[in-house]
Amino acid sequence: MSAPYAKLPAWVDFGLIPLINLIVAFLVAGLVVLLVGENPIRAAGLLVEGAFGYGEGIGFTLYYATNFIFTGLAVAIAFHCGLFNIGGEGQAYVGGLGVALPCLWFDTILPWYLTFPLVILGSMFFGALWALIPGYLQAKRGSHVVITTIMFNFIASSLMVYLLVDVLKPRGSMSPETRTFEEGGQLPRLDWLLEIFGLNIGGAPFNLSFLLALVASFVVWLIVWRTRLGYEIRTRGFSPSAARYAGMKEARIIIVTMMLSGALAGMMAINPIMGEQYRMQLDFVGGAGFVGIAVALMGRSHPAGIIPAAILFGMLYQGGAEISFEMPQISRDMIVIIQGLVILFAGAMEHMFRPAIASFFIAFGGRSGVPAAPASE
Amino acid sequence: MRSGRGRSYMSDIAIELKGIDKSFGLVQANRDINLVVRKGTIHGIIGENGAGKSTLMSILYGFYQADNGAIFVDNNEVEISGPSVAIAKGIGMVHQHFMLVENFSVLENIMLGAEEGQILNAGIAKVRAELLRLEAEYGLEVDADAIIEDLPVGIQQRVEILKALYRGAEILILDEPTGVLTPAEADHLFRILDQLKSQGKTIILITHKLREIMAITDEVSVMRRGEMVATRKTAETSVEELAELMVGRRVLLQVDKGVANPGKVRLEVENLTVRDSRGVAMVKNVSLKVREGEILGIAGVAGNGQSELLQAIAGIRKAEKGRVLLNGEPIGVAGEADPAALRRRGLAHVPEDRHHMGLVLKFEENENAILGYHDDPKYLKGMFLDIDAIRADAAEKCRQYDIRPPDVRLKTANFSGGNQQKIVLAREMERDPDVILVGQPTRGVDVGAIEFIHKRIIEMRDAGKAVLLVSVELDEIRALSDRVLVMFDGRIVGERSPETDEGALGLLMAGVSETEEAVQ
Repeated sequence: MSAPYAKLPAWVDFGLIPLINLIVAFLVAGLVVLLVGENPIRAAGLLVEGAFGYGEGIGFTLYYATNFIFTGLAVAIAFHCGLFNIGGEGQAYVGGLGVALPCLWFDTILPWYLTFPLVILGSMFFGALWALIPGYLQAKRGSHVVITTIMFNFIASSLMVYLLVDVLKPRGSMSPETRTFEEGGQLPRLDWLLEIFGLNIGGAPFNLSFLLALVASFVVWLIVWRTRLGYEIRTRGFSPSAARYAGMKEARIIIVTMMLSGALAGMMAINPIMGEQYRMQLDFVGGAGFVGIAVALMGRSHPAGIIPAAILFGMLYQGGAEISFEMPQISRDMIVIIQGLVILFAGAMEHMFRPAIASFFIAFGGRSGVPAAPASE
Repeated sequence: MRSGRGRSYMSDIAIELKGIDKSFGLVQANRDINLVVRKGTIHGIIGENGAGKSTLMSILYGFYQADNGAIFVDNNEVEISGPSVAIAKGIGMVHQHFMLVENFSVLENIMLGAEEGQILNAGIAKVRAELLRLEAEYGLEVDADAIIEDLPVGIQQRVEILKALYRGAEILILDEPTGVLTPAEADHLFRILDQLKSQGKTIILITHKLREIMAITDEVSVMRRGEMVATRKTAETSVEELAELMVGRRVLLQVDKGVANPGKVRLEVENLTVRDSRGVAMVKNVSLKVREGEILGIAGVAGNGQSELLQAIAGIRKAEKGRVLLNGEPIGVAGEADPAALRRRGLAHVPEDRHHMGLVLKFEENENAILGYHDDPKYLKGMFLDIDAIRADAAEKCRQYDIRPPDVRLKTANFSGGNQQKIVLAREMERDPDVILVGQPTRGVDVGAIEFIHKRIIEMRDAGKAVLLVSVELDEIRALSDRVLVMFDGRIVGERSPETDEGALGLLMAGVSETEEAVQ
């Protein structure tokens, strides 16, 4: 028997529920702030002010958001295939090689706009390569991609330490990083973009990779919802048995999806390396790969949700830094707690408020129904 | 309170629903429902998918609250705010999809939710004693220590019934209980229900199978489009009347079929052996031929290898040995068969399990209308999907196959079972295949759609297609097939004409005359 099943209106599903989750996360975070003896309302003010109050703050927020868009897309495309790619961190880290090497080779020969395409291809190549192995193992050997990608994060970390310390570090330098790139390895800042809105970017490293991230978002949408490959990815993600019935090559889909996912994660490396530091440093990814998981969850694996979610996390990074400046009681770690709460409520406990909201909509004549009857007695 | 005490027990009312309304947004699932269920009877509720039967029972069991109306249990008005209240009022429910913990034992499942304390020992002893008493009283033998996933579905269902009885159910609601059962299991279930009735329990049986209603109920209520259109004494009604009440028009229950005109062999299976994932041989040395213009039916109790046979021919499952020839050309049954390539070679497949294979329930209707044919150039523009072409094509199929609602952007899960099946049929039949494999075409499908689907299958035959039909519904096999093969324990145990009487086929299906076949 088909239970009368109808979903909630889209604006509730994609707007109201995430918003409520977010508000609850902030309320709980406020309690934590209260606990360490600071004023949560002032902290919230600082957070928003620091992230959006002035040009430089906005520049930083969007700079961080750029990282998260890439890693969020990486996680999302794998989700569509029913794969949980936790390896964004490692794929982005190794992807850094694809950014640094072309820059080191060509920065004195080519202008930035010619290095840039090479860097894009390079980062995608190395990111995809790092995801290929877990993808292959999942497709052919059935090794769970969650386990292998986590392990590959560690391998990537060790590999990059080795490369930075023993291979890429310029002779005579003490710090584990490449030399600073010349002009051909530096992406232009997007100061003009913020100036349109009358904002001064100041020292914020908001750069061209943000636009690349927007293009990538569009391309991901196109691939997932408008191509044959995307159709196969979604079929496999929803129902592996239907994919087999339809004659789709499951192993091929898994491997290709993981490579796409890794390529997107790899592109994240462009932003800090070619857009901010102009060199590759140790640990430049800084957890962005993991934040991508939260971004993808919160954005419902849709680019249109991932971009705002990425900006939200960019705000937490930037505004959080501002809070720890102004409130010595609140350290960087507190900011991580707040981020953790957002992830908890927005991602892991996404459905906590859903039943209540659904029954509210039924009680007050919302246009649709409830999810199917609860399965408990 | 009980005004009917002085009268005979038949007029004692177990449950009365008065003026129940329930809507979900704009959809009125139940409208002014009045229902009287007498104590100690089996009361059937029949209606097509989406008629509102499940909603009504969900209200009675406390999953939903009615917008208007009142519920009386034993002539007392009650408010059932949740399943726990329903259980306390003596109402038990056996769901269509069992609510059992697969890797728990029978005992543990029955105890679940009634553990009585943190330490289980005392509870276990109590449950075991009570279980033995219930088993003895109602003839429901179950091994209390067996693990659920090792049990056949028929027994699992018995555990569900025991669970409800253990919780003190006086009124038992069964939602489509025979959907997953073999004919023998269904018969056994009916004997159990009779036994329960004779012990004074009241049973509400939700189904869309008219035969079951006629076989077992005392009274029957018919629902259509959210309304209760009639209540009849079963003895005073007929299958034809009920079908008409359900659908709202006259229904052809008998399939109209001309004489078959078989031509050359299109599909040939030679000595096929298939093992399942655990290495157990499910199909043993099966050979068969299907000619164009005929329907070859495979009868058998579920789980005797029909599913594996169908999947191996469709290229989804690897065969261990043997050959399959499609239009005289072998297909690589040993694992290199490619379902997509087989489709291009003229093999269509309506899978047994439309929820997991034939459809992706979370897809929009139009996305399912191309599943398996998504690499057809007419749906593509380079590497991109031609969305307009796909939707136009889906809309056309909706029209031809009367798929309702004709909304190609609606999520497939929101279509009724019959309409979902029509989506699959439209997709597979409209490709003009040479051979069509049809598995359980009317499982979970309402009466109106069954008629339509049967007609289409016969049209395929008359258009010169070779049809291989697998169904656990013996009636369906006999009505549609031109030849019938009976499968038992992975072997073809005999070929019969569809006119062979049900009893004889039933014996073959149970493997009884296997030796007699071997002699022939």
